Amino acid sequence: MRYHTSIPYPRGYARMTKPKTTHFDTLTLHAGARPDAATGARATPIYQSTSFVFPDTDHAAALFNMERAGHVYSRISNPTCAVREERISALEGGVAAIAVACGQAALHLAIVTLMGAGSHIVASRALYGGSHNLLDYTLPRFGIKTTFVNPRELDQWRAAIRPNTRLLFGETLGNPGLEVLDVARVAALAHEHGLPLLIDSTFTTPYLMRPFEHGADLVYHSATKFLSGHGVVIGGVLIDGGCFDWEKSAKFPTLTQPYAGFHNMVFTDESTTAAFLLRARREGIRDFGACMAPMTAFQILQGIETLPLRMQRHIDNTRKIVAFLRDHPLVDAIGYPELPEHPDHVLAQKLLPKGCGAVFSFSIRGTREQGRKFIEALKIFSHLANVGDAKSLVIHPASTTHFRVSAEDLKAAGITEGTIRLSVGLEHADDLIEDLSRALHAAGKA
Amino acid sequence: MYIDVNGAQVYAYTGSRDFDRALPTLVFIHGAAHDHSVWSLQSRYFAHHGRNVLAVDLPGHGKSGGEPLSTVSVMADWIIGLLDAQRVSNAVLVGHSMGSLIVLDTAARHPERVVRLVLIGPSVPMPVSDVLLEAAKRDDHVAFELITTWSFSPEHQLGGNQQPGVWMTGSALRLLERSRPGALYADLLACHGYAGGLAAAERMHHPALLIVGGCDLMAPPKNAQALIEALPHKRVVTIPNCGHSLMVEAPDAVLDALRSFV
Repeated sequence: MRYHTSIPYPRGYARMTKPKTTHFDTLTLHAGARPDAATGARATPIYQSTSFVFPDTDHAAALFNMERAGHVYSRISNPTCAVREERISALEGGVAAIAVACGQAALHLAIVTLMGAGSHIVASRALYGGSHNLLDYTLPRFGIKTTFVNPRELDQWRAAIRPNTRLLFGETLGNPGLEVLDVARVAALAHEHGLPLLIDSTFTTPYLMRPFEHGADLVYHSATKFLSGHGVVIGGVLIDGGCFDWEKSAKFPTLTQPYAGFHNMVFTDESTTAAFLLRARREGIRDFGACMAPMTAFQILQGIETLPLRMQRHIDNTRKIVAFLRDHPLVDAIGYPELPEHPDHVLAQKLLPKGCGAVFSFSIRGTREQGRKFIEALKIFSHLANVGDAKSLVIHPASTTHFRVSAEDLKAAGITEGTIRLSVGLEHADDLIEDLSRALHAAGKA
Repeated sequence: MYIDVNGAQVYAYTGSRDFDRALPTLVFIHGAAHDHSVWSLQSRYFAHHGRNVLAVDLPGHGKSGGEPLSTVSVMADWIIGLLDAQRVSNAVLVGHSMGSLIVLDTAARHPERVVRLVLIGPSVPMPVSDVLLEAAKRDDHVAFELITTWSFSPEHQLGGNQQPGVWMTGSALRLLERSRPGALYADLLACHGYAGGLAAAERMHHPALLIVGGCDLMAPPKNAQALIEALPHKRVVTIPNCGHSLMVEAPDAVLDALRSFV
C-alpha cells in the first residue's frame, strides 16, 4: 500500500504520480483568491478598511507579536492587497511579496531592508530615469552610494564590487535601449560575492521572463505598467525568491541579527525562506509606510487576470510595427532585441523566447525639430510619461524621462536627441501603423 | 539557540526568548526535509505564553550540524539527548508527519520524559511510494514537487494564505529545495521503515492529541484510523478542507487545538 495509490481523492482530482502544475494562465485568474467566505462574492472584495476587529485581547496581542497570522492595520497588510501579493508571487515563482505604493517604493524598500549608511550598490547604467535619480542623487545623501556599469560588461560588474557592496541591480530590459540583462551570469557573479541580485522586471512581466528561474534573488515591478495594463493606478510590488542564503553571506545583519524594533526578532530564525520579506513588512512598510491602497490592489488584480492575453497582443503589435519602421526611409536605428542587428539578439532569443516586450526606441533621421513634429502629428499614440498602458504611448526620453541624466550617461545609455520611445498598446496594428506613417510623413516635410 | 547534543551543535528556535528552566517545555519536531520554521506561528505563541519552546532542526536539517538520523527510534533517542542537554526532565512533544512518529516512539520508549504528545498529520504505518523514494534517492527535484503537490488540499493549492503575502506552495517547495542533499531520502526511508507505531500506541499511557487534515493526501485520515483506535487516551481534531501542511493551511485551528490540550 502506498500513500498516493490509496488515498481518497476529492472529486475531480486525478490520481497523481506526477507533480501537479497549475498553468500560468490559471494562476493569473485564481492564485491567492477564493470566493469570499462571508458573501460568496466571486471577485476579490475591496476591503476598504483601515483596521480589523480583534476577537479578544489575547488574539490581538498574538497578531501584533506574529504568533497568529492575520490583518491588523492596512498599512502593514490588507486582505485585498494580500491576494494581489500571493498572485504575483505565484506568477513569478517566488515565496512571498509585498504590495507597495509604486515601483519606486518597491526599489526603496528593497534597498533599505538590506542595508544602511556606508553601503554600496552596483547597478546597470541602463535604468529607468526614476531609479537612476534615487541611486545617483538621493541615496548618497543617506550614505548609500552606487556605481553604474555597462550591463553587458560582466567585467565592469565584477570590478565595481567593493567590500561594502550589498546589492547588484538591473532591469530585465534596459530603459530605453532594451539592453537584455544576462540575469544568470550577473546572478552567478553576485552569488560568488555573497550578494543578492535585484531585478526590475517591469518591462517583461512574468509572462515573458521569470528572473528567479535564472538566478535572481529579488524582483520588483512597477505594477502601474503591464501588470495593470489599464493605466489608471500607480502601484508596485516586491517579491522574494526565497533562495538567497542570508546567513551564509553574513553581510546582512538586518536579517540575521536581533532586531530591537521587533522584540529582538531574528528574521532568518523566524522564516527560512522569506526572511527578507518578513523584515520588509515588519520594519520597512511599518516605518516608511509606502503601502498600497486596497482599491489599487483590486484594480491591479483586474489587470493581471488578462495578463497573458494582453502581453501576447502587445508583442504581436510590436512585431508588426517594428517591421514597418524597419523599412521606412526616415527611420534609423531601431533598438529591439528581436532584430538580428541588436547587440543582445542571441541572448534575447534565449531569455525571452516569447518576445522582447512592447516598449522600444528608434531614431528619426533629421533634426530635433523633425522629431518634435513627428510626436505632435501622432493621433492615436499619446504623448505622455508612462509605458505598458493598453493604449499606445510615445515620448522623447532626452527631454523628459532622462532629462536629468548627463550627456555622457545619455550617450552611454544609447539615448540621442532623436531617440523616440514607443509603448505599443492593444489597438489594431493597422491603425497604429497608419498613425506612425502619417506622423513620419509630417516629419519628413518639416 | 544552539545546543550541544551528543557532541554536535544543533539549532532550536525559542521564539526569541531565553530558555527558563522554571517553565514547562514544549518540543516541536518537524517532518521530512523540513526545519523549525514550519512551526513559526505556533511555537512563537507558546514561547510568549509561559512556556519554553524548543522547535528543533533535526541533525542534518536547517541550521543544525551533523548528518540526518537513520531511523525513527534513533531520532527519538536524539530527542532524549536534547532534553538531557537542556536538563529538562520532561516535556510536551509536538510532531508533524515524520515528527509525529518520533513523538510516538519517544513517548513509548521514554515515558517518564514525556508529559503529553501531539501528533499532527499522522499516519501509522507511514509507507512511502516507490516513485517518491526513487526520486528522493536521486535527489531529483521531482521529489520536492510531488511532496508539494500532495501536501496541500486542492483548495489551498491556489493559495489563500492567512499569513499575508506568502504563497504557500512556493514557500513549501523552496523549503524542500533548501534541504541538504540526501536529507529527504534519509527521512523518507526512516518513515517507510518504522514498524513500531501501533505497538507503541497500544501501550501509551499519556494523553495524546491528534490533529488530522480532512483533505490530507500525504497522510490521509483513514491512514490514521488504526493509530486512533490503538491510543487509549486520545483527542482527535479533524480540520476540514485542510491538507498535510496543517500549520500553514490552518494556523489558528492548529494553535487553538494545541492551546486547549497543553
